[in-house]
Amino acid sequence: MAPLSRVFIANRGEIAVRVVRACRTLGIECVVGASEADLDGLAAQLADRAICIGPPPAAESYLRADTIVAAALGTGCDALHPGYGFLSESPLLAASAAEHGLVFVGPPVEAIELAGDKLRAREAAAAAGLPVLAGGELETLAQARAFAARTGYPLVLKAAGGGGGRGIKQITAAEELDGAFALAAAEAQAAFGDARLYGERFISPARHVEVQVAAGADGAAIHLGERDCSVQRRYQKLIEESPAPALPEGTTEALRAAAVAMAHAIGYRNLGTVEFVVDPASGEFFFLEVNCRIQVEHPVTEAVTGLDLVAMQLRIAAGEPLPLAQEDVVLEGHAIEARLTAEDAAAGFRPSPGRLSRFEAPAFDGLRVDTHCSAGTTIPPYYDSLMAKLIAHARDRETATALLIDALDALIVEGVETNRAVLRDILAHEDFANAAVSTGWLEELVAA
Amino acid sequence: MLSDDDVREILRLIDDSQLDELRIETAGLSLHVVRGGAPAAIESQPPPAPAATPAGAHTIGAPMLGTFYRAEAPGAPPFVEVGARVEPDTIVCLIEVMKMMNAVPAGVAGTIAEVCAENAELVEYGQPLFRVAAA
Repeated sequence: MAPLSRVFIANRGEIAVRVVRACRTLGIECVVGASEADLDGLAAQLADRAICIGPPPAAESYLRADTIVAAALGTGCDALHPGYGFLSESPLLAASAAEHGLVFVGPPVEAIELAGDKLRAREAAAAAGLPVLAGGELETLAQARAFAARTGYPLVLKAAGGGGGRGIKQITAAEELDGAFALAAAEAQAAFGDARLYGERFISPARHVEVQVAAGADGAAIHLGERDCSVQRRYQKLIEESPAPALPEGTTEALRAAAVAMAHAIGYRNLGTVEFVVDPASGEFFFLEVNCRIQVEHPVTEAVTGLDLVAMQLRIAAGEPLPLAQEDVVLEGHAIEARLTAEDAAAGFRPSPGRLSRFEAPAFDGLRVDTHCSAGTTIPPYYDSLMAKLIAHARDRETATALLIDALDALIVEGVETNRAVLRDILAHEDFANAAVSTGWLEELVAA
Repeated sequence: MLSDDDVREILRLIDDSQLDELRIETAGLSLHVVRGGAPAAIESQPPPAPAATPAGAHTIGAPMLGTFYRAEAPGAPPFVEVGARVEPDTIVCLIEVMKMMNAVPAGVAGTIAEVCAENAELVEYGQPLFRVAAA
């Protein structure tokens, strides 16, 4: 396959900037498809060309597969990078791109379809020998009651069409089950167009650990270490790090091997992430889902591996094999990422869109800042409120934590409210220092 | 005044004829059409308008990204030419997005003053397609 010559970037914000930079590194031209709200954004400025794909609401711009493919074709692109979120895991976009001769920078359509059906993915994981939580599809309330009677509480109901932290309901007691089951099915139908639900045993306390995998165009798969993303609020990650700290002996190796086995089992290509829930006491772990996109938190993996994951995506999409073998993957030091969002933490994390009068990130050794923000940038109300990712890389976890706290302190943001104080409090907390954070930890802390 | 249909009819007649150039001048109308290279131009002389009519202009922007088509099919006469009188619901062009043809209404009443985009080219959302002089 010929190298890519011009890539269409169907995304916005910091990840669109990140993809532009990877294209520059590889000497590939790029076109950014921007909504009207993002036409003067940094990605649009940095790209070779920006084209307006629609009005600000995502449903009329970033979520229009037909428009995106038409824009990519009309601007002479030969590939399409979907970024994360929006249509990044839409089999429809991937298939439409392929049908029109565009290289989709991601896994094959079949892998996206499989991973997108959380129930099928769970079955595929079990078939590949990965541990999955006790559970399965629940078609009726009677089945849900029977499942609850077997496993006990708490349990979770998940939407088969959900994922990424969406479509999950935790049930703590029997009297909640009947109401929650009907509600979960209705919500799943409304949100994902698929009312199928499945139940799973709920592990608490639990850690969220995910393994970055990479598979070449020839199918050879390796892992690039793991990330711990246990600091979450409402299933949305705030702080991620690599490697995962303080796991029981042997757990890290077992997780990595399981992720690679999963990639092989489902014919995965390009970069992906296999997510697991880990019982921190026993080291027991269970498959959660496969993410078929570049992750928000990919920079922590880049920091410890020294690899450019987005460039690797583009090269694999162009038909190249993996640029390195498993034994060549060297993980150095410790990296921690904090997601700075325009949210007013004091007001229940209410979004705080607006215009930045100042935005200045410090330039520290070992600190990387991925952002589309600068003085004058508007944080529009239409999209998620991620402003910047601050990534600290140091020889050990303690040093990286201190560096990230210093960076948050030195950051200058004026014009919108941010979650900076919460990020700082988490990093400075003794539970974080002791790697004693589980997925429910932050919500308990915020509630306290 | 000429209607859209009149304009189409004139253009069709010229297309079918051996003429390379046609100039018609009557009271209130000046029509100059050249085959090939130069674009056809129909200029309506400003009607004896009421004194206080503002010289307002409106731009019809692309309501979506897609391929801009001035006519229903290749070879068919354009929906509108410069000088054509439009009403808000007059279809002025098509925008194709992945084989789906979307008819674009003028949205305002007036006279087409300028065609701003090239036929069969990609237009982005909001890109000016026509300028319309106020009625």
